[in-house]
Amino acid sequence: MEAAIAKISPKSLTSLDVEKIREDFPILRQRVHGKPLVYLDNAATSQKPQAVLDAISGYYSRENSNVHRGIHSLSERATLAYEGARAKVRAFVNASEDREIVFVRGTTEGINLVAQTYGKKFLKTGDEIIVTAMEHHSNIVPWQMLCEEVGARLRVVPINDQGELLLGEFQSLLTEKTKLVSVVHVSNALGTVNPVKRIVEMAHRQGIPVLLDGAQAVPHLRVDVQELDCDFYLFSGHKLFGPTGIGVLYGKARWLEAMPPYQGGGDMILSVTFEKTVYNELPYKFEAGTPHVAGVVGLGVAIDYVTGIGMEAITAYESELLAYATETISALPGVRIIGTAKDKAGVLSFILSGVHAHDIGTILDQEGIAIRTGHHCAMPVMQRFGVPATARASFSFYNTKKEIDAFVAGVQKVRKVFG
Amino acid sequence: MSGLNELYQEVILDHYKNPRNYGKLEGANKTAEGFNPLCGDQVTLYVRLQGDVIQDIRFEGSGCAISKACASMMTTILKGKTEAEAKALFQRFHHLVTGKEGEPAGTAELGKLKVFSGVREFPVRVKCATLAWHTLRAALEEKGGAISTE
Repeated sequence: MEAAIAKISPKSLTSLDVEKIREDFPILRQRVHGKPLVYLDNAATSQKPQAVLDAISGYYSRENSNVHRGIHSLSERATLAYEGARAKVRAFVNASEDREIVFVRGTTEGINLVAQTYGKKFLKTGDEIIVTAMEHHSNIVPWQMLCEEVGARLRVVPINDQGELLLGEFQSLLTEKTKLVSVVHVSNALGTVNPVKRIVEMAHRQGIPVLLDGAQAVPHLRVDVQELDCDFYLFSGHKLFGPTGIGVLYGKARWLEAMPPYQGGGDMILSVTFEKTVYNELPYKFEAGTPHVAGVVGLGVAIDYVTGIGMEAITAYESELLAYATETISALPGVRIIGTAKDKAGVLSFILSGVHAHDIGTILDQEGIAIRTGHHCAMPVMQRFGVPATARASFSFYNTKKEIDAFVAGVQKVRKVFG
Repeated sequence: MSGLNELYQEVILDHYKNPRNYGKLEGANKTAEGFNPLCGDQVTLYVRLQGDVIQDIRFEGSGCAISKACASMMTTILKGKTEAEAKALFQRFHHLVTGKEGEPAGTAELGKLKVFSGVREFPVRVKCATLAWHTLRAALEEKGGAISTE
């Protein structure tokens, strides 16, 4: 084990001033069961820097008002803040226009939006949608619901024992029946970073649009939707150090324009009479009702925060952290890592022989260590690897090598309890 | 560690590693399947009921130490009990693991099931401890199909 640790020099883990960064996250200062909190459940949700908390409270303290409708000063300021955040999101994912950024509640709602609008308009009986064997339930169930409604069929790209997509199989699933490919960018259960640019190219060669579920990707990697050339890209604010209840749907303008609205209501219309309603232009056509303005403002500040650190620096630091955790945990007897793809980000899923993940979670919690245990809303992944559940440690740039040592010591304690 | 020692007592770990009455029961006339969707625990319960007496009972499934040990110990204690006795035991067991006061007379009847009293310190694990019991009730009441803790 010593040798394994020595391979990665602790010095290389200091490219970020993590101790200083940690001071920005008030929640990390607490103790749980008398031990310093070690938060390794970032794939479930991330913690929020003080700047985001201040932005939300500042918005409600100084600007709170409804957007796009008041002519008074507060409404104008709220609208500026809201649309300013949209511009930040556009720049963050490098979309070409602000109107391609639609605010939704989260990745799940965004996928449902595409399924219910794009799906209902463009899919008919006999058509096919391609997903992969490593999707989160939120990129399976909305398509199953759509398939049931329109008589379409869901096809699944298999994965190998490392948790990598079989691109040859993907190629053979692409046919004239395929109307959409919907793929996760980074797997929440395995950590696999999928070759999404290549997937988009393969699908586009046959004129098939591609949706990418980026919920686990944006907190770890720089995403450029124009470079990827994907048709839809989705992510959630709360996994990106922003508030819960806010997420982003990026869609190419030509698709968003062709799609019918999702929900009807205020803000999504230009004019309403009982005879005819004219829908608003993009992106408002998809933003019915008063939006989560404070959430959008908070998300904008979260984006400022991570871009301030630099996504490239974050990726590099986290990749060293993941490599260190992988090596140290692998050195323990009885540990099997689930998901050993060459390209991984942020997630370490594992099982311990003779011990259920749930028991690992309880024992680690007593040590102040928060991990996720269970099927991670990806039951087909568990079935693929023949395990009922895994324990998952997931990392962020505010985690440290010391915390990983505490985590590994915690797993050793589990082994001790179970003998 | 005291809470943990209480939760993972030797006898519980023993039933987890060497579950009793494990495997399908041929000739079962009551069966039910239980799921805990939060953690993926799954248990299938087989009961051979004669009149209102549980002649034999076995289980299969996968789960954490608490859920598996609970199912194992439950099957050992229920053989020969009537349906009404089994349901009454479930109620007492439920009180034990949720930490509800009262029924001191009933605690004695729980016998070796009392080792699960440590669960009350871990509220998120109550569902693990009661999954087999909920499934038993479904089997006895012949609700059919699968039951879920959610």
